[in-house]
Amino acid sequence: MSGPVLSVRNLRTHFFTRAGVVKAVDDVSFDLAPGEIMGLVGESGSGKTVTGFSLLGLVDEPGRIVEGSIKLNGTELTSLSDGELRARRGRDISMIFQDPIATLNPMLTIGQQMKLAIDAHERLGKRAADERAAELLKQVGIPSAAARLRSYPHEFSGGMRQRVAIAIALLHRPAVIVADEPTTALDVSIQAQILFQMRDLAADMGTALIWISHDLAVVSSLAKKLAVMYAGRIVEQGPTASLLRDPRHPYTAGLIASLPAMATPGAPLAQIPGTTPSLLSLPQGCPFAPRCDHATSECNMAPEITFKGDRGWRCFNPITHGNEVTS
Amino acid sequence: MNTFVNVDNVSRLFGPNLTTGEKIAAKLGAQVETRAVRAVSEVSLMVAKGETLGLVGESGCGKSTLGRLIAGILAPTSGNVMIDGAPVMENDAKVTNRVQTVFQDPFASLDPRMKVGDTVSEGPIAHGLTSKATAETYVAEWFERVGLDPVWVDRYPHQFSGGQRQRIAIARALAMQPDVLICDEPVASLDVSIQAQIINLFLELTRDLDLTTVFISHDLSVVQHVSDQVAVMYLGRIVELGPVAQVFGKPAHPYTDALFSSVPKLVLDADELVRFDTIEGEVPSPLSPPSGCFFHPRCPLATQVCSDDAPRMQSAEDKRDVACHHFEEQLAKLSN
Repeated sequence: MSGPVLSVRNLRTHFFTRAGVVKAVDDVSFDLAPGEIMGLVGESGSGKTVTGFSLLGLVDEPGRIVEGSIKLNGTELTSLSDGELRARRGRDISMIFQDPIATLNPMLTIGQQMKLAIDAHERLGKRAADERAAELLKQVGIPSAAARLRSYPHEFSGGMRQRVAIAIALLHRPAVIVADEPTTALDVSIQAQILFQMRDLAADMGTALIWISHDLAVVSSLAKKLAVMYAGRIVEQGPTASLLRDPRHPYTAGLIASLPAMATPGAPLAQIPGTTPSLLSLPQGCPFAPRCDHATSECNMAPEITFKGDRGWRCFNPITHGNEVTS
Repeated sequence: MNTFVNVDNVSRLFGPNLTTGEKIAAKLGAQVETRAVRAVSEVSLMVAKGETLGLVGESGCGKSTLGRLIAGILAPTSGNVMIDGAPVMENDAKVTNRVQTVFQDPFASLDPRMKVGDTVSEGPIAHGLTSKATAETYVAEWFERVGLDPVWVDRYPHQFSGGQRQRIAIARALAMQPDVLICDEPVASLDVSIQAQIINLFLELTRDLDLTTVFISHDLSVVQHVSDQVAVMYLGRIVELGPVAQVFGKPAHPYTDALFSSVPKLVLDADELVRFDTIEGEVPSPLSPPSGCFFHPRCPLATQVCSDDAPRMQSAEDKRDVACHHFEEQLAKLSN
């Protein structure tokens, strides 16, 4: 296997608000191989979206990346100027957002906005641009693609709009796409269609994908590896199947156990007590400790992430199983 | 079955509100949208006392409209809704307190300028369930019941998290001492770990208070978990209705089958970690639904009769009703 296309080390993105410093992303590290799909899972406020924004250099005031390194194809992104970043955004790395109504310009036809996205990085005549755009619309499953270039966003259904957004993200065949909850706003039958398509497209184009979602089953249908975030940190990461079948961090285990599909119908669900802490007033030490039934006095200190093989967890008292006693 | 909630042949149309000018323009052939959407079309169902009916379907299928018709928030265009033999609405006005609703978004459904204690006591005081003098203890009891600290009654909604707000919304509905509770996507806007807490609270309360419930959700795993019966809707019609284990376990309607298979499901002990499948096409516009069975353009079993005639509800195995010309074929397919 060749080296990673994206390598993130100790990324910290903080927001300096009047109420205090919000550590939205606090020590996030991972590698992404070419064509690999990684799921980034977490609840609202866990920092998954800000992680995605940081990768594209889209974090606005009062936030900024305070520490860490983001290497895309060997280039350090955190030290680039705005102009240099802009030259890469959309070409080497692009993003798909949750709400396709907000991402598309309602005043421009689909063809016009796709042309704009092409012009940002390439000189291409109108006819060649139209051909490229139509080709991509076809690939994401839009029928009579060439004719639809003249349509406006409001003439498309929600699912079709998201397909257009995906086609735009794919225009320059970027090495990495960050997809932030791209199917959350869609109906399940459309979601299934898009999940299947994304899996094929990523494989065909060799594009690596970071799929951000709160839905464990949805990410796991695509991603070969997962990173679970809580209060700005990755609390557990590893290959999808092994992480889900044998979670080490009590938070991961709690999330899996609380899914209705895991319980007998009608029986009480396993629940994680309490609520997600505010990032402005995080408990000292491990932020999950107040909700954790494995917590000990040790958890008053913040745990570092421990790696064993391809698995990593940030916990002093990880869950262990009889057959896999950790030394 | 001792029917408690009876929905009898209920339809609801939403037409455009045309001005006189627009009506004249339409008559003269101008392009004015005059078509009405039949959001709920000839729906009949019954819920027994103490049972939970799950209402599922994709956006625009009419599940929320049907919930509002049962709750007496909307008046039906035709047909009627009865609770325990008494009508919910008379002359387009709600005439009963026996049904209450919990809405999806606890940020929008609570008055931001009202103390949460007053939000909970307002209805019961107006309807004489408690008096101004006893309201404080009355509200405190309901707060405890839903897992909130009664000292919080003087706080405002913005001081609570999403899960806590949904508890307040549940307390407000239950303080009216209803027999029937309509829950419209009550956990859709909550985080996964909070979702489980609210579902558990819901299960506990419906059992302890012997509530009859209609639980509307697009999340099939949640519906499967809390419901006794389930109704699957497509473009305003119920396509399948029956016990939840049977309907999801062995769907008699091809749409139920397609809907259920599209949801990615984690199966931790199987080789294939996540199972799901996909169907072609999208839900058609409710302004111009297809002929015959509304699902026929996307249905793998469709034949000529499906585009000619809308199927009637018929009984299938396991005490369920299904509106499909080919349900026997569908069930046979699943038996193999």
